Amino acid sequence: MTALLESTPEAPVRPAAPRSAATWWAVPPVAIVLLAAVYPLIRVCLESVKGVGTQSSWLSVLSSAAFRDALWRTVAIAATSTLGCLVLGTFLAVVLAFVPFPGRRLVGRLVDTVLALPSFLVTLAFTFLYGTAGAVNAAIAGVTGDHAPVLDFLYTPAGVIAAEITFFTPFVVRPLLASFSTLPRAQLDVAASLGASPLRVLRSVVLPEAWPALMAGGSLVLLLTLNEFGIVLFTGAKGVTTLPVLIYTRGIVSFDLPGAAVIATVQIALSLALYAVYRVVFARATARREGSDTDVVVDQAK
Amino acid sequence: MLLWTRRSRAVLLGVFAVVVTVVFVAPLATVVLAGLAGSWTGALPSDLGVAHLGGALSGENLASLSVSLQTAFVSGGLALVLGAWAALAARESPRWLSRIVDAVFHLPIAVPSVALGLGLLIAFNSPPLLLGGTRWIVILGHAVLVLAFSFSAVSAALDRLDPAYRLAAESLGASPLRVLARVTLPMLLPALGAAAGLAVALSMGELGVTVMVYPATWKTLPVTIFALTDRGQAFQAAAGTTVLLVVTLVALVGLGRIRSAAAVR
Repeated sequence: MTALLESTPEAPVRPAAPRSAATWWAVPPVAIVLLAAVYPLIRVCLESVKGVGTQSSWLSVLSSAAFRDALWRTVAIAATSTLGCLVLGTFLAVVLAFVPFPGRRLVGRLVDTVLALPSFLVTLAFTFLYGTAGAVNAAIAGVTGDHAPVLDFLYTPAGVIAAEITFFTPFVVRPLLASFSTLPRAQLDVAASLGASPLRVLRSVVLPEAWPALMAGGSLVLLLTLNEFGIVLFTGAKGVTTLPVLIYTRGIVSFDLPGAAVIATVQIALSLALYAVYRVVFARATARREGSDTDVVVDQAK
Repeated sequence: MLLWTRRSRAVLLGVFAVVVTVVFVAPLATVVLAGLAGSWTGALPSDLGVAHLGGALSGENLASLSVSLQTAFVSGGLALVLGAWAALAARESPRWLSRIVDAVFHLPIAVPSVALGLGLLIAFNSPPLLLGGTRWIVILGHAVLVLAFSFSAVSAALDRLDPAYRLAAESLGASPLRVLARVTLPMLLPALGAAAGLAVALSMGELGVTVMVYPATWKTLPVTIFALTDRGQAFQAAAGTTVLLVVTLVALVGLGRIRSAAAVR
């Protein structure tokens, strides 16, 4: 997903005028992706109508309690995790960008590395750390002498939300750092020298500039948390079933392909709608950053 | 810069250190420690040793690691070639076409990987496109997923490339093929290396598509790790994840190395 964040804002030039023969070179790779990714998704939609008259039909799947619970749970977990990521990510990015300290490049590297790691790692770590027999509970019991576990949230939605915030926060930090880096330092210094408090500088100078990046990062995280599978699967709790896990259990464990296809179609529609929103927001964020860059140049020229 | 007093800075950096430790360092350290631990009943792991790591590097687990590596390198290579090709072609295309290419290439990572896996399972399970039950359906799934990353990494690098070199070569009479081979691709080498590292790393940890399509003869490491946790063998799973972590980091750093080597030249 990092790649989505990598489209450079500072694109300096447009390419030379398109050459008509070269256009055809774009066709083979697109055709391959259409066959390998788009065609399967269409087949999912077609498969979903095959269950007519059985309990895998659209009507009976959509009216089942399991589906509606999972839908509600998926959206609730995704929205809460996104909010958490935005808060935590803003804090981390502001400190990384504006409060110099030794070793911040190392932290930046760490943030980048986490982006490439598998998400189930976090759930696995949490069972050792915060599980009922985990390290934190043992440490607390060692201090208080009370042996009933204090922390017992791992197999509830809160456990999944905590894991998702941990894993997805870097996806907010990265675009924010990119947008902060285009902010002229002089603006901050001037605001501060005129007597603005740090919070006020943050509110009226930094955040307005970072708003598009925050929106782009937030909608990306919302999309990723809606689609998240590894964290929920490894949590393995009966009470925490999201749509992707439901697709898996229905399709592979009970081998009901039409029923799984119905759920998958709903989720594909949901994700694509959100993806469209993300692309619009991201395009706007990039355009705005380019616009503000030229403003600065004009100011300096004066 | 934002804070001018020493005390407020110290407090803020203290909070920051705690957050970074809890959010980024603790999970990674815990998995590695658990992979090394014989048991973990107190606040700290006990019976540290490499027994579980040995287990992760033998028998079925080693076979999974080998499967994962093969899948990652084959699918990463495919994705890199196709992604670079599409990025180069999209640049020469009219704007409407390059927008379509961009949207289509990012589509696989916008939809849930499980749904994509279900689609592959349905679409490639009958002749003439019979891939179900073979390793190729896993490799195809991984390639499609990492394609988006290699495509946008190469596109971003192309955006940063100074067109003057290419234009100079063209004006001196170099054919398009020669410009590609002698000017554009060498300048793209760092980006290609970084994209390959990311592709291998992401493919090593992929789970959603894999659990939907994998045949019993082609179990990747994450699938094996999930089976281990499902059976309650958490320490063995942690050891497997540690191995996965190390291989991923080696891929990221090792292939990223191409970047610095190319930068020196």
